[in-house]
Amino acid sequence: MTTAAVASHAHPPTSTGLDHRKIAIWAFIGSECMLFASLISTYLIYKGRSVNGPFPHEACNPPLCATPLKPILNIPVTSISTFVLLMSSLAMVLALAAVENKGKPGYEGIFGSSKLWLMMTAILGTTFLGFQAYEFTSFVHEGLTIRTNLFGSSFFTLTGFHGAHVTAGVLWLLTLFAIDVKRGLGPKDALLVDISALYWHFVDVVWIAIFTLVYLIK
Amino acid sequence: MADQFRHTNPDIDVHAMGEMHEHPTWKEYKWVALILTLITVAEVWVYYTPLQNSPVFVPLLLIMSAVKFAIVVLFYMHLKYDHRIFKALFTGPLIIAMATLVSLLFLFGKFAGR
Repeated sequence: MTTAAVASHAHPPTSTGLDHRKIAIWAFIGSECMLFASLISTYLIYKGRSVNGPFPHEACNPPLCATPLKPILNIPVTSISTFVLLMSSLAMVLALAAVENKGKPGYEGIFGSSKLWLMMTAILGTTFLGFQAYEFTSFVHEGLTIRTNLFGSSFFTLTGFHGAHVTAGVLWLLTLFAIDVKRGLGPKDALLVDISALYWHFVDVVWIAIFTLVYLIK
Repeated sequence: MADQFRHTNPDIDVHAMGEMHEHPTWKEYKWVALILTLITVAEVWVYYTPLQNSPVFVPLLLIMSAVKFAIVVLFYMHLKYDHRIFKALFTGPLIIAMATLVSLLFLFGKFAGR
């Protein structure tokens, strides 16, 4: 890999030879690492310090709670939503591969279509958000809101921030899908899809950490 | 379909994208997805077994989570094949973030008495 400036039809020469947009997305992802580390730290510091229920992994009985409350986290439902998000990452890499290899033999079929995989990724992301909306709604019905206790405050802040990132990712994917439908995405647009893919996979790795630290570790 | 996803299109400016090698094939992506799924299943299985009361429960879950994290970053985010500047831009802040997290947990006594 040369470090000299690379003249290209796709971007102006840069001192590193690398496209500034890709450097920018990696720098952004680096800053996002620190944002989510602070939110996860807050959750872990407050973990087990709530004085009133509901609690994540423990039942809450009178007099601590007015009525008996079971542990609030629903591991089976969250496991399915985790699987959905993992599969969305697979769909995203296939979308990028389809864009990079558009026009090559074997990419004429439906499974070589970037439109299919971009839409599939957006649908899986929306499904994940649906699971999160279901979870939040059921928590509120069971008496846990952002104001109930330390667990509620830190949990809704952390998972809410992650959900907002997934929402932004879905909107980004739908924008790429619209461009693909309108004029078609090809190898010259690979960087645009690559940047969105990096963001999407980052959202996935953050959830990998949240799933273990928030849901599985008691 | 294995060779269809090789990253060999001459129209792509691989220098600008910072790619040092070809991307994984469709077959490799499929294996990565399968491994991630199996690790997730193992994590949930461990949660429901008597292992949850064992001292190895938390380290085991953290190791499995770290492996999943690394697999996604290396293969799906292509960091394994990317330019060292991208690796530095990600691992630098990640190390700072992890150090901050562990430091804060120490400061607030989360490891006390263990």
